Amino acid sequence: MDNWFELRIPALSQNVQFARAVVAQFALEAGDWSLVELNEIRTAVSEAVTNAIIHGYHEGSGDILLRGMVSPGSILVVISDFGVGIIDVEEARQPLFTTRPDEERCGLGFTVMESFMDEVEVESTPGQGTIVKMTKYLSFSVKQ
Amino acid sequence: MEIELKYRGNVLVVTLKGELDQHSADRFRDNVEKELDKEIAMHVLFNLSDLTFMDSSGLGVILGRYRRVNSAGGRMAACFVHPSVERLYNMAGLPRIIPSYDSEVHALAALKG
Repeated sequence: MDNWFELRIPALSQNVQFARAVVAQFALEAGDWSLVELNEIRTAVSEAVTNAIIHGYHEGSGDILLRGMVSPGSILVVISDFGVGIIDVEEARQPLFTTRPDEERCGLGFTVMESFMDEVEVESTPGQGTIVKMTKYLSFSVKQ
Repeated sequence: MEIELKYRGNVLVVTLKGELDQHSADRFRDNVEKELDKEIAMHVLFNLSDLTFMDSSGLGVILGRYRRVNSAGGRMAACFVHPSVERLYNMAGLPRIIPSYDSEVHALAALKG
């Protein structure tokens, strides 16, 4: 049976660890991931939630909505913020692209999400926020 | 995340334990910067054996310190990159600029040699 969760948290850096731990724990509902796969999920969630805090809200106040859905063999994670949005999503997804080089952002957030998850979709409306949808399949189900 | 700092000659050894992300990145940067400002260390060694998580916020801080140390003529090395961190470490091309060794002794020898 499919299962899901929804969690609303304030955009605080101390919640990044909590968010990735929740998703990794929930992912176990989808099946027996390897430790490497679970760590990839944790890292991708960490990147998306950090982006929402740093870029969506410029480290100001706001909420992040974290949703997860599992089916046997896969997990979908949806991370939404209601912040400034991204004007050019394609540009933002380029490796090493960053709007904040002065703060030592290395610009690899989306690259990590794309490398560590199987599908990444980004929807953004300037002034309204950004939604990142990421899916990962258990390795056995990819081969089928 | 815990940060331990020590000197081995002109090498600053930074041991990171736990999870390095946006929340711990500022403290990590400030601690290392404060030591580099003392101008005791020429090189920096990161011991990552107990660093069980790192994301690109952590990478950004490491790369920022690399730029500082490298522009002053120093080098960086790492030892025991944890399996959980290894994929990101490799993906970002860090082994090319911050080579990883299997022990602190080997890494120190490489930095001093």
